[in-house]
Amino acid sequence: MRSEPLLELDGIDAGYGGAQVLFGLSFAVRAGEVVTLMGRNGMGKTTALRTLFGLLPATAGRILINGRDMTGAPPHRIAAAGLGYVPEGRQIFPRLTVMENLVATARPGTGRGWTLERVLALFPRLGERAHNMGPQLSGGEQQMLAIGRALMTNPDLLVLDEATEGLAPVVRADIWRALAALRAEGLAILVVDKNLDALLRLADRHVVMEAGRLAWSGTTAELKADPTLATRFLEV
Amino acid sequence: MSAMAARLNSKPGLAALAVALAFLVALGLAYGLGSTYWMATLARMAALALSAVSLSFLVGQAGLVSFGHGAPVGIGAYALLVAGEYGMSDLLVVLPLAFLAAAAFSALTGAIALRTRGVYFIMITLAFAQMAYYVAASLSAFGGDDGMALAARSTLLGARVLRRDHGLALLAILLLGLALFLLGRLAASKFGLVLRAAKDNEQKVTALGLSPYGHRLAALALAGGAAGLSGALLANQAEFVAPAYMNWHVSGLAIVMVALGGAGHLVGGVIGAVVVTLLDEALGHYTQYWKLGLGLVVVGAALLRAGDLRRLLAGGARG
Repeated sequence: MRSEPLLELDGIDAGYGGAQVLFGLSFAVRAGEVVTLMGRNGMGKTTALRTLFGLLPATAGRILINGRDMTGAPPHRIAAAGLGYVPEGRQIFPRLTVMENLVATARPGTGRGWTLERVLALFPRLGERAHNMGPQLSGGEQQMLAIGRALMTNPDLLVLDEATEGLAPVVRADIWRALAALRAEGLAILVVDKNLDALLRLADRHVVMEAGRLAWSGTTAELKADPTLATRFLEV
Repeated sequence: MSAMAARLNSKPGLAALAVALAFLVALGLAYGLGSTYWMATLARMAALALSAVSLSFLVGQAGLVSFGHGAPVGIGAYALLVAGEYGMSDLLVVLPLAFLAAAAFSALTGAIALRTRGVYFIMITLAFAQMAYYVAASLSAFGGDDGMALAARSTLLGARVLRRDHGLALLAILLLGLALFLLGRLAASKFGLVLRAAKDNEQKVTALGLSPYGHRLAALALAGGAAGLSGALLANQAEFVAPAYMNWHVSGLAIVMVALGGAGHLVGGVIGAVVVTLLDEALGHYTQYWKLGLGLVVVGAALLRAGDLRRLLAGGARG
């Protein structure tokens, strides 16, 4: 394991206009680790991701990616520094085919060597639908495409925002399986989701937010050991 | 975009060849009939199509609706005029010059215009084109408001190949075919994919680690350069250059051409240019208000769905 984290948020404040949403948020993701970002709706998860990607300026604190201070950098530089983003709602490019979606923003990376062939091996469905336009795909296929598109940028850290929201249970299972396969290959993942059972199976560590602050963080074993945690921070 | 447009887009060579052949057949007919009028009209049509195709690349591929496409056309024309005044009239000099001058203008103004989006982009490109128009109108050494006649048409290695209109038409058809092929290839390349992805969802392209700014700037410069070539052809045809080349009417007409032909494929620009030129020739004989007729055609095309005459011409092919 590397000494310095892939991603480190250090004392981040951020907000919209006069309304501060994040208060001194700090957490880190190390190489090969799967970390979740959890919390009820409105606790700041999406704001945290927006700030991480430079879409919202941090008013205090630092964001380090691969040890480099990326605070205040333009969004495309932050992503290019090693993050692969799978956005909420998938947001594939509707006027491109599946294949074109995959190659349009592809970046031959240094480390992991993701290629078209490997992405299609991970998601064979995408190969079957290679020449379909984006909107002709099912929700699950669009999600696979969004993940594949992010992998094609050869990220050090895959960031997923609500990747299984609105999908049928059987399709969800497919997505979780794919993420487990990525994890087994040693890819670091930061995942925002509400599906606690699946997250407990997949992740090493958990970051729980409440009202824009870090409320709890710890390992999967620690989270399982204290059932009151889930009730306190996650249940509606 | 229709499936047919997608299919055509994947075969830029075929599209370029088909268009060039259609123009050549028409030119052959006009030549056979000895109609200098139609040869001149075909030369103008192909030149206007070149400008419309380059705008179609911007609108259809990059989503950049420039309302100032007349400016690079006019700058190409002025490049020809100014070079001629300095004794340079060889095509091997003036064509690259027209291309580079127009591309430079488009890149410089584009660098600023690309900071805006949507309707603001439309307005700022119009504003830059108007500036170019007034600068040209104030060039008293080159005729100012009235414009100025060319000393002579361009030559090729000293040979007066453009002396007659069929020579000029051949050159225009060659450049149009080349533009269709090269811009089509570019649209199908990764460069084109990034442009189209950014047209759909710019923020997502950014979040995937790419800034589309450079791609868009390059597209603007390239399309501007092609428009400059169109201006050099038009100036040769009219043997006259005036600020009117950059008039906002001209920019607007270029958008009408693209909209009429359908922006989904570069060939749409050709179809739009042909239809507009024919309407101009047909109705312009009877009334100076021929644009009323054009307006009705545009409205009709819009009502017939998607403003896409290509769809009608293809026998209403679905997709």
